[in-house]
Amino acid sequence: MSENNMKITLKVWRQRNNKAKGALETYKVDEVSSDMSFLEMFDVLNDKLIREGKDPIAFDHDCREGICGMCSMYINGQPHGPLQGVTTCQLHMRSFKDGDTIVVEPWRAKAFPVIKDLVVDRSAFDRIIAAGGFISVNTGNAQDANALPISKELADRAFAAAACIGCGACVAACKNSSAMLFVSAKVTQLSLLPQGEPERQSRVLDMAAQMDAEGFGSCTNTGACEAECPKGISVSNIAHMNREFFAAELNKK
Amino acid sequence: MMALTGLFLITFLIVHAGINAMIFFNDGGETFAHWAHFMGTNLIIRTMELVLVAGFVVHIVDALLITKHNKAARPVQYAYSNPNANSTWYSRSMGLLGTIILLFLIIHAAHFWIPNRYNQFTTGEELNLFTRMQDTFSHWYVVVIYVAGCFSLFWHLMQGFKTAFQTLGINHPKYNPLIKNVGIAFSVIISVLFASMPISMFFNLVH
Repeated sequence: MSENNMKITLKVWRQRNNKAKGALETYKVDEVSSDMSFLEMFDVLNDKLIREGKDPIAFDHDCREGICGMCSMYINGQPHGPLQGVTTCQLHMRSFKDGDTIVVEPWRAKAFPVIKDLVVDRSAFDRIIAAGGFISVNTGNAQDANALPISKELADRAFAAAACIGCGACVAACKNSSAMLFVSAKVTQLSLLPQGEPERQSRVLDMAAQMDAEGFGSCTNTGACEAECPKGISVSNIAHMNREFFAAELNKK
Repeated sequence: MMALTGLFLITFLIVHAGINAMIFFNDGGETFAHWAHFMGTNLIIRTMELVLVAGFVVHIVDALLITKHNKAARPVQYAYSNPNANSTWYSRSMGLLGTIILLFLIIHAAHFWIPNRYNQFTTGEELNLFTRMQDTFSHWYVVVIYVAGCFSLFWHLMQGFKTAFQTLGINHPKYNPLIKNVGIAFSVIISVLFASMPISMFFNLVH
């Protein structure tokens, strides 16, 4: 049964800019429908704030269908809220009760500085990808897709790793703000495929070096990243990346 | 380094627990004394003792460095966090559990290892560790400290054993259940075995 008159109290992190000091502010949102997505509730609140001549709450969003990785709210102490395997945009108000108080904060990590309110700068991830999360391809016509045989098993494992949308929930959930799940997903994906073979060893070393340079913490195997990942990326990727790293480190000239 | 030294320290626990379990022969510590003498005088064992101390130092120093690095990775804390939703308390408390174990280790070394080696250096004689155990464990508060040490060791091993393999890159659907179950069994056996020693001595079950 859908409900149309939920009353929700929100405690939202407001921060004017990167330099300003932020704080939680309390907002009441009435007439919330249980069918609304979490972001739609924010749209309603922002509409109200704009009508009142106040500054709307800045938050990241794009596709709103759980595939782009833009939305990034830390809801009631968990990245993307209480559900497993969903992004914030796919979280609906039916997961909450009438009268609930919900605390919403941005991702917290040194490598993810707050830009405004709930928006953080995740370009550290882009720089890690630029350091090695790619394959070099010659220009000209694309090769025939079937010219490179790949076993079904490897294709499946690579695809499971490639499902990462780079939202950063792993970093947000980790007590050490470690980016190992994100980096290992990309390293694993490309190391399993023939296209990734030429740059295989330099890739893992360069990406790991960039990850450290960005100020992410180290993995201490709590498993929080895997539990919170909206795409179900497994920590087995981290073990895989460690193997790749040791091999590359030993072979390094 | 945490994983490698951790696994090395785990092998030490096996030897330590195995030899101490000789007290359960109930032969007035004769078998135990035989092995304690071997451990206290054999050249290879005495060399490994130095490696063991180095293992502890590296494990502890590396833990401190990683903790400092990881604390710096999140300068602003969450106002509200619900970590129990995604991870176990002991997986997040390795530093705290390790610190308790270290405090226990200092007390433990002051009870047996340090006085024994000191005596060996000064007089060339080994102490009778069996009677020393009986004396030490006749005080209830010592028994409580030792059981608390074993409790911390249990939770530390529950996380440390299996994740040492993960860190070293050993994660395979075929072997994961084995690693997990051996880790649980190892944690239980080692902790219960160690804890049973002061307890049984306190109640005069071993003589």
